[in-house]
Amino acid sequence: MILVWLIAIPILGGLAAWILGWRNPGSARWTALFFLSANFLSACFFTFRHAGQITITPGPWMAAIDVPWIPAFGIHFHLAVDGLSLALILLTHFLGLAAIVSSWTEITDRIGFFFFNLMWVLAGIMGVFLALDLFLFYFFWEMMLIPMFFMIILWGHENRIYAGVKFFLFTQISGLFMLAAILGLYFVHGRGTGNYTFNYLELIGTSIPAKTAMWLMLGFLIAFAVKLPAVPVHSWLPDAHTEAPTAGSIILAGLLLKTGAYGMLRFVVPLFPEAAFAFAPYAMGLAVLAILYGAWLSLSQTDLKRLVAYSSISHMGFVMLGIFAWNALALQGAVIQIICHGISTGALFFLVGALQERIHSRDIDQMGGLWRVAPKMGGVALLFALASLGLPGLGNFIGEFLILLGAYPVNGTMTVLASLGLISAAIYSLWMIQAAFHGILKEKKQIPDLSARESAALAAMILVIIWLGLYPQPVFKTAQPALEFLETIAAPGSHAPEKTGTVYHPVRENKNVVLPAAPQGAQYAVH
Amino acid sequence: MQSTDFIAIAPLVILAVTAVSVMLLIAIYRHHAATAALTFSGLTAAFAVLPGAARLAPISVTPLLVVDQYAIFFIGLILAATMITVLLSYGYLNQQNGHREEFYLLLLMAALGSTVLVTSRHFAAFFLGLEILSVSLYALIAYTRFRIRSIEAGIKYLVLAAVSSAFMLYGVALIYADLGVLDFVRIATRIQTSHGGGQSVILLAGLGLVIAAMGFKLAVVPFHMWVPDIYQGAPAPVTGFVASVSKVAMAALLVRLFSPIDLNQSDVLFGIFAALAFASMVIGNILALLQTNIKRLLAYSSIAHMGYLLVAFLAGGTFAVSAVIFYLVAYSISILGCFGVITVLSGKDRDAETLDDFRGLFFRHPWLTAVFTVMLLSLAGIPMTAGFVGKFYIVSAGVGGGLWVLVISLVLTSGIGLFYYLQVLIVIYSRQSGRGRCDELPYGIATPGSLAITVLVVFLFWLGIIPNSFIELIRGMTG
Repeated sequence: MILVWLIAIPILGGLAAWILGWRNPGSARWTALFFLSANFLSACFFTFRHAGQITITPGPWMAAIDVPWIPAFGIHFHLAVDGLSLALILLTHFLGLAAIVSSWTEITDRIGFFFFNLMWVLAGIMGVFLALDLFLFYFFWEMMLIPMFFMIILWGHENRIYAGVKFFLFTQISGLFMLAAILGLYFVHGRGTGNYTFNYLELIGTSIPAKTAMWLMLGFLIAFAVKLPAVPVHSWLPDAHTEAPTAGSIILAGLLLKTGAYGMLRFVVPLFPEAAFAFAPYAMGLAVLAILYGAWLSLSQTDLKRLVAYSSISHMGFVMLGIFAWNALALQGAVIQIICHGISTGALFFLVGALQERIHSRDIDQMGGLWRVAPKMGGVALLFALASLGLPGLGNFIGEFLILLGAYPVNGTMTVLASLGLISAAIYSLWMIQAAFHGILKEKKQIPDLSARESAALAAMILVIIWLGLYPQPVFKTAQPALEFLETIAAPGSHAPEKTGTVYHPVRENKNVVLPAAPQGAQYAVH
Repeated sequence: MQSTDFIAIAPLVILAVTAVSVMLLIAIYRHHAATAALTFSGLTAAFAVLPGAARLAPISVTPLLVVDQYAIFFIGLILAATMITVLLSYGYLNQQNGHREEFYLLLLMAALGSTVLVTSRHFAAFFLGLEILSVSLYALIAYTRFRIRSIEAGIKYLVLAAVSSAFMLYGVALIYADLGVLDFVRIATRIQTSHGGGQSVILLAGLGLVIAAMGFKLAVVPFHMWVPDIYQGAPAPVTGFVASVSKVAMAALLVRLFSPIDLNQSDVLFGIFAALAFASMVIGNILALLQTNIKRLLAYSSIAHMGYLLVAFLAGGTFAVSAVIFYLVAYSISILGCFGVITVLSGKDRDAETLDDFRGLFFRHPWLTAVFTVMLLSLAGIPMTAGFVGKFYIVSAGVGGGLWVLVISLVLTSGIGLFYYLQVLIVIYSRQSGRGRCDELPYGIATPGSLAITVLVVFLFWLGIIPNSFIELIRGMTG
């Protein structure tokens, strides 16, 4: 039942914020904050009680709910949570709260409706992370678009309408391809077994002719690749991120992109293992392309938000690389990278938003020397820039390192090329800090440093990113049963075991082994 | 005819009786509210006798009409849509000068014609129904005769509908010349059995002409030329009626006539319908992109929607038929809702139709904005609305029937469709620029109109969130 509440509370909170905001706009903020905090607390409570426990077999599920919804089509309202979903749900709450805090003073217009949209996006995202019925998944997948679209076009910056429409068209059209692929799978499975169902657990292992499987896999992949975003279909992202209000950017970069990665992890590979592995070299190629291209474009941005947006393309390329390498190390790395990138990029967007609220510009050329007037802001920005370039001791390092470690045995060339992305990340991140916070102070008027409200939100993010950098074990432990389950269902032994086997067999033979942190992980790789 | 026959066609009889009573009432005592009330109660009574008729179904009443579950469902839908139209029209007509009461008379006749269409099993009944519907529509479209566009639209419709009726009569004559029957079932059987030897040219020409006439009413490309002008010129509630009831009736007839025929076995028929579907989706959506008038935009979008519908229709089989039926319901709710909002916003001299009229609607009418938003989102097929389940159903039918090319075109063209729905949404949520001439439009909203809209919203969400019982109903009906 907790799973239903996780989605229902934001929905109700959004409605409440809208209705209360009608009379008293300010109350909408508190309403949203209250509902989301309550939801966060219940999610935390759930985590402490259930993390690591597997109560529902087969599979790694900690809790589930499955009731018929549209039996005529075999559609169920089927939610379930495993370690992977749980980690992402916590991230959703965390960044959701950050988004509310970031828009506390930024949004002054139609406040109630803004928080309504914000809460509904979050509800849709949580639904995506929890749904195990493909129809339900698609339902939530689409449900998160409209409020996001409204957030961009109503509270965005100068070019918001172009950006909002582009965002919507890219995601919606690719989503329809996924719908066609979902239906294709539904009919293939239904005709083969006589059981017409959208249940993920039943659709796994459907025997599909190779050619059909490839097409269906591509149908899914295109939707997720657009969200991730992978390079040829990424062009909505810089516009959407740049034009969205701060809360929108945080949610886009921190959460919406992650739904693409989650989809690949949960659906693309497990549902169509053969096709996915046949396609893996190309997917890894696209991932490397995204890493390098994103980094390259980040180097030449003068708009701070655009810079962070392009760097997201680069960092999410690592996630795609890890997913298609598909072994224990790379997958753990991908999960950590998803979480840490969500937090570090969320924080960077938070800071850029705060800066823009103060100096009304995102242009790096108009900044410079801000450290002198806003030292707290500068320090925090430096920390997250370092996180984003992959400094050891901060979470992102663990993610990128494990991904590269895991991907190397699968495809050495690609891994070498991908690691070049780390170098450019260092260049653009440090350059961004140098140009914005050091040098001659260009801003004439006094700007206030971080307020208590902002400091509190950022402090929480700093704690998490350092914690994940020094002791990522809890995340590994939480996600491991889920990832192992995904690996087992995608590994009927038919796909290239000679490539990946060396990496994940030692781990799989002994179920009690919990993946160690990075340095010892290296030893596993060379076993 | 026996008494059971009369019970079976009671809804039609009640409609006809109501029409006559309304006429007499107007002759004795001309009163707008009384006329509207009488019309509404007549429609309610016709609706109330549907269960009685359903108990007898399926039953053939004379060689012309058949009352089966399918027909009863569509009679219900037509009556419901007409009731909504009556509610919407009341507030709209209240602002108009001149005689308002005859409007209801015409509306009842149009509804009667539509119900005859959905119950017909014979080309004679088909033609009767079509003419009753068309003739009433000529007058309805030109009803606001002080507006030049309305008159223009009426005359256009008159000419084109008359031509299409002539096409149809000629087509029927050719079919009769080849097969010697006018009964739908027998025609279908003959066509089905003649698959081996191929159909004669005369038969195909006849069917082609009939399809053209049906295509005219459905407004599929290339028989769509009249649509934008008529949608724009007709009074808003009439446009809603044309977009929903007359299309629903014709689509129901199309399915009744062609669903017994396995279209996959007839290259020619399949090719014709596939081409109509493809052209409607592409051209409807692309032309809608260029519109700045919301009525015209919805006109083109409704062309595209009929294209989507034909994709499911082509898939064939009971699943596809149920998809068509569901989609028709979802589409009717959404399009009636859209025109409902336009209706309640329209003024005495002109309708709210330009994008500027809707600019900043969010700040003037939050509730109407919310309604308009969900109606447009439903047309665009976004979750939680009926349109989403409808589109899902259509794509399922297309994928199930293996029509990959059409499904992919549906996906791509509905992507274009999104673009113009979003444009409208952006306009209604953005701040007023001061260029709009909204002051000509009324501020207050008539109660019956908002009631009608509220009902539509409830149905929209009901079908979008918990559609199971409704799908089961349709499934049970199509077997």
